[in-house]
Amino acid sequence: MDPAPGVYVGVANALAAVMLLLEFGMLRQALARDQVRLYAAQSALISVLAVVIAADRGLPDLYALAALSGGLKVVAVPYVLRRLLPGPPGRRGPGWLSRLGQDPAGWRRRDEPPGVAGSHTLSPASAVLASIALAAFGFFCLGSLRMGGLTVAATALAIAGAMTFVAFGLMIIRRDVASQAIGFFSLENAISLAALVVAAGLPLILETAFLFDLLVAVVVFGMLIRAHHGAAGSLSTADLTRLKG
Amino acid sequence: MLLAILLIPCAAAVASLVGPARRAPAVTLAAAIACLGLVIALVPAAAHGTPAAASYLRADAVSVIFLLATAFLYAVVAVYAVGYVPAEHEADDRYARRFHALFNLFAASMLAAPLMSSLALLWIAVEVTTVVSALLVALEDTDSAAEAAWKYVMIASAGLGLALLATIFLYYAGAQVLGEHFNLAITSLIATGPRLPHAPVLLAFMLATLGYGTKAGLFPAHTWLPDAHSEAATPVSALLSGALLATSFYAITRFYQVAAATLGSGIPRDALLAFGVCSLLLASLYVLGQRDVKRLLAYSSIEHMGILAIGVSFGSPVALAGVLLHVIAHAAAKGSAFMGAGVFRIKYRAKEVPAMRGGLEILPWSGPLFLMAVFALSALPPSGIFRSEFQIVAGGLASGQHAAAAVLVAGVTVAFFGLTTSATRMLMTRPARSLGAAAVVERGEPSAWLVVPMVACVAVLAVLGVHPPGELSDLITRGAAQLGGRP
Repeated sequence: MDPAPGVYVGVANALAAVMLLLEFGMLRQALARDQVRLYAAQSALISVLAVVIAADRGLPDLYALAALSGGLKVVAVPYVLRRLLPGPPGRRGPGWLSRLGQDPAGWRRRDEPPGVAGSHTLSPASAVLASIALAAFGFFCLGSLRMGGLTVAATALAIAGAMTFVAFGLMIIRRDVASQAIGFFSLENAISLAALVVAAGLPLILETAFLFDLLVAVVVFGMLIRAHHGAAGSLSTADLTRLKG
Repeated sequence: MLLAILLIPCAAAVASLVGPARRAPAVTLAAAIACLGLVIALVPAAAHGTPAAASYLRADAVSVIFLLATAFLYAVVAVYAVGYVPAEHEADDRYARRFHALFNLFAASMLAAPLMSSLALLWIAVEVTTVVSALLVALEDTDSAAEAAWKYVMIASAGLGLALLATIFLYYAGAQVLGEHFNLAITSLIATGPRLPHAPVLLAFMLATLGYGTKAGLFPAHTWLPDAHSEAATPVSALLSGALLATSFYAITRFYQVAAATLGSGIPRDALLAFGVCSLLLASLYVLGQRDVKRLLAYSSIEHMGILAIGVSFGSPVALAGVLLHVIAHAAAKGSAFMGAGVFRIKYRAKEVPAMRGGLEILPWSGPLFLMAVFALSALPPSGIFRSEFQIVAGGLASGQHAAAAVLVAGVTVAFFGLTTSATRMLMTRPARSLGAAAVVERGEPSAWLVVPMVACVAVLAVLGVHPPGELSDLITRGAAQLGGRP
């Protein structure tokens, strides 16, 4: 019989479970800005988990990582995303984007609300069922590997696998550029969760490089979202069908 | 020297962005030629040792072979861009500045990847190639380019997410033996391979093959590739196809080395064989029906990545040497073919094969050079690709993989029919003016800048096919030994 989990393992598993629930929440949100909020909440839990692991395992580097991750993924990335996502009709886009070469007229040329409702390729029930199936598949895939010893929260690792698959599901099920981008960023959160569980000792310099790389990717995603919105007049990817064969 | 290879293109990117637009092509050209010179200077050192610098840069024989392919393409495409950018975007200084800045950054990131001593830094370099090249694709400012850029960045980034997961699992495996402060150094992982736990290494290898395979254009995550290659500016398409795919494949070879050291060569080879055969067969069939010349070449790139994967799966020294030669030869051939396709596009103002007629007569230099590039891609002698594919097939037969070798030959033959059919339509039909058509295309080359780099590529292909330089042969032999797990 397995021994009862310690406080660290229990907290890690609980935080991971909440992160997975937030991932499901992103899948169901009708507004892009609400998806960003859920992403920020998920990222905040990553920082909390880093602090818990730092305290449990005596890894002071992880405190710095938690602060940096929080600053970037809870504050900077959501801020950049909110600035880059199209706002309500009639509102001008930020000037610096125009200077980057995007069409400022495209920012004003909006005849749709800023929501992403209706971008599901599946009905709500089917989407949830598919996501549960994906989560279960990911959970049992990583859970069955039985990696590590007592220091590894195996359930949290399995949940990271579930989150990875649900994030992929989010990118596939939603046909709008905002949800697909959020899906990618939450995929990165799933990887961060896996990294904290199995690779907490990864040198801080490398973790920092990963985070700044994410920030660059966020800016590029945002610019491409703006370019898409300027060209198509909506966030939908349903009309991205010119290139085939 | 290793640091200079990274810093020179970065400096050129800054100079291109802030300096006068008219000087950007010259700055890019000077940086590219300097990088090529530095990489060539590395060859003797890497053939007999492993140059390293600054604790995070390292260039063994395998690295330098991939560097050679990238640096060569960077140089020839920089020459090509001198003629291409004004021809396609006349008097657009803002475009020229941005193009050259991103082009140099793209080259810097691709040159950085093989030089990184750690798998974590390698991942970061490959991720940077994605964000920079996605911007280069989107720079074309058309609806199709925006669509291609979005699909590219989404699919490639998702793939790289898996590759990051692979890197983390390999860190976990390495930390069991080397301690938690180990920095994912490639040499340490290979050296301790036999002592690493099997499950995380196997998981890491499969995730890395799928993840980096997405960027290398391997089936089933190849779908971004034809779109991005066809919608990007031609110099970018040439770099994407000849250098970026190889850079991503380089990452797979590093995971393969670690996996083979830990698990033995059985499972890693089988996995690469499956990915390679599927990619080769799918791409060969798609090549048959293509009407867009750049999509045709893009599918040919998937085919060649499949050949590389199959070659590594054969595992014999002669096959591995063929793989490494193929990396350089494919860069030269695909660079030449894309540059030729770009000249056709400028001349005919079209991308569709049926719209291009009488190429041999209309384009007295680019027509024959494009034909030679297509023949080279089809592995006809005496090109370097003929030699490399011959070595790969011979290696497969020598290692007892007769069925896989037969599939390889069949796939290459199907692709040959597809490539040469399209090339024949473009080159050997009667020009439109002979048919009394309204759209008359005058005879003559748009610019000598567009022809010279194609001549260089074809010359390199001939040299690689007939008699590769001794130092290069030594480098390839050493690289094949390293890839095969021998010192």
